[in-house]
Amino acid sequence: MRKLLTGNSAAAWGARLSDVDYLPVFPITPQTEIIETLAEWVDKGELNARLTTLESEHSMLTAAGAAAATGVRVFTATSSQGLLYAMEMLYNVAGWRVPLVLVNVSRGLSAPITLEPDHNDILAARDSGFLQLHCATCQEVLDSVVLAYRLAEDKRVRLPVLVNLDGFYLSFTREPVEIPSQEQVRAFLPPFDPGSNRFRGGEPVSQAVAVLGGGPYSYFRYQAHLAALEAVQAFDELGEKFGECFGRSFPAIEAYRCEDAEILFVMIGSFATKAREAVDRLRDDGQKIGLLRPRLLRPFPAEELARLLSGKAGVAVVDQNLSNGLGGILHAELSAALYHLPKRPLLVSFIGGLGGRDITAGEFYAMVGQVRQAVAKGQPPPPRLLFTEQELKGMRGLQNIASGKGASHDA
Amino acid sequence: MTPEHSGKAEESPRQRLLSAGTPMCAGCGGLQALHQIYDQVGEKTVFVNAAGCMTLLSIYPYTPFRGSWLYTAMACAPAGAQGVRDALDVLLSKGHIDAGQDQLPVVLTGDGSAYGMGLSATSAAIDRGLDFLYICYDNEGYGNTGHQYSAATPAGARTATSRVDGYTGVKKDLFAIWSAHRPAYVATVIGTEPADLARKVKKALSLRGPRLLLVLAPCPTGWGFEPSRMVEIGKLAVESGIWPLKEYSDGQVRHTRVPAKRAPLEAYLGLQGRFRHMFVPRRNEEQLAALQRQVDDYWEHID
Repeated sequence: MRKLLTGNSAAAWGARLSDVDYLPVFPITPQTEIIETLAEWVDKGELNARLTTLESEHSMLTAAGAAAATGVRVFTATSSQGLLYAMEMLYNVAGWRVPLVLVNVSRGLSAPITLEPDHNDILAARDSGFLQLHCATCQEVLDSVVLAYRLAEDKRVRLPVLVNLDGFYLSFTREPVEIPSQEQVRAFLPPFDPGSNRFRGGEPVSQAVAVLGGGPYSYFRYQAHLAALEAVQAFDELGEKFGECFGRSFPAIEAYRCEDAEILFVMIGSFATKAREAVDRLRDDGQKIGLLRPRLLRPFPAEELARLLSGKAGVAVVDQNLSNGLGGILHAELSAALYHLPKRPLLVSFIGGLGGRDITAGEFYAMVGQVRQAVAKGQPPPPRLLFTEQELKGMRGLQNIASGKGASHDA
Repeated sequence: MTPEHSGKAEESPRQRLLSAGTPMCAGCGGLQALHQIYDQVGEKTVFVNAAGCMTLLSIYPYTPFRGSWLYTAMACAPAGAQGVRDALDVLLSKGHIDAGQDQLPVVLTGDGSAYGMGLSATSAAIDRGLDFLYICYDNEGYGNTGHQYSAATPAGARTATSRVDGYTGVKKDLFAIWSAHRPAYVATVIGTEPADLARKVKKALSLRGPRLLLVLAPCPTGWGFEPSRMVEIGKLAVESGIWPLKEYSDGQVRHTRVPAKRAPLEAYLGLQGRFRHMFVPRRNEEQLAALQRQVDDYWEHID
């Protein structure tokens, strides 16, 4: 069935088709439509699941983890401040090794408070132990939720998964989405197997107990890391199987027009579709440009990125996030992944799209120009913030009003 | 579990269902009560724990519990109980487990979590009518970190963060806060009054919905007394009237033990290092009288 769906609705469909048992929820913009959609299906009897509204995201994640530890398939969703409020429990439930799926609808973090998207929220969870899938289209949102369950529940992995979509740009944007049948999804995703995560009368089990000393702690923490690394291979296999079942392939990294590309964009999320459009225009102009878009960000597909980027001239790393005092997070991670290459490309760091700020086609062309210059010089420029003269003038105007000087004439 | 303790506290089992050998302090009033409660609630339970002294009951690879255990975090044990309860209900309704495999989620926290950080999650669990038992071992301070004052610390008590003049606040009334939510059951108990405790646990287990057992847990380490005096201090807490034994159900509060003649409060205070500054180098008559007056005022308003 093909339907126009928002990204939020696509996420809800992904959960519904995955036969989820339990939905601990809490509202937050721009995610709320997901839980409203699911609540309506539960109320109408179209989805045989239990929905409980908790009083906070911290409690929501606790209930999610505890239910998964008891032995049911769990789905939940949040955004931004909610993800941060739940952060203590993200680390906890990853340590519990419970395979649940959490959708994050990205939104910039306070302060200042905003509703519009960037990736600082989801990247704050990068060390939490949750795996991360990043979506660029509404179709991918639905597909990623289904795939996330298969990945989370894989015996080699047994870890919770975060599926990320950008607020507004995907959450509230309708796109045509192919909704697979329940039978198709069941053929891909077997019924939930709780494994050792189970509480049953007569089968006592202690979960999440304390350890003494660094030895057991190191052992369990590193074991979870190794399980996350296993997910690289597991994702490749499951992505292929996904293609067989649904006719849509699902590699860990989308490599768009990369084979003969000299300069590439690397970015995640929905803004990468803008980069893809720019690649086409630049190709029309005869320039050898490509795009790499990791869908899988945890585990970080370092080997595959190194393989795809070895021998390339330059890369524009576009970070929709800012690690204050460091710069772009993807830029830092990609630098580490490529450092050992004898023929590594020159990386140029761009910070853009913070708090929902658009990245224009012209800016993509300009980024390519800057990478070319850097390659010619053999020296990358300092990181650049995508921010125009016009925006700065507008900002000065706002500051004049805020300071009581009134609207300035040149604003 | 041996046949001679089938869950009836009147039998006063010699062998406890909760194993010995835990790292709790000698003379822990919380552990004393937990032993009694656990004998009654039994092993078909999932203990959902928040950060506190009793987090150290289960240290890998050991546990004293015959039933199940899940450690969560300091703020959210009731939410963990919600997840366990909801999941068991799903498993029951979908026929994945039978009624014999059902379990009771039991939240186990100290006062730091119950009176403070976990109160929002607790309030919401009661709002939702969660079918669970909450055991709070109230040792009137953040015991596991060295006994700093908490919202449960009584007026005047010295703690690691009120070393000079004692705590300047007053003990929060968690019984009243719970009761205001109109839950199924709330009771104050103490391990040194085992018959009263056993009756209340039995009553709690006969009901469904949110149920609290608020246990005063005399704490040798935090309160400053010899472990051997724990029972004496616990009994004085009740006899002096500073720890009223009561219960709430069906909208009514009932006192289950009204001391005919209350022991003077200073008999209770004088045995504890945390109140010593009220007695030496000289008696603080004003403060002692004020504290006694608070207890007297409380009982004057009890029918």
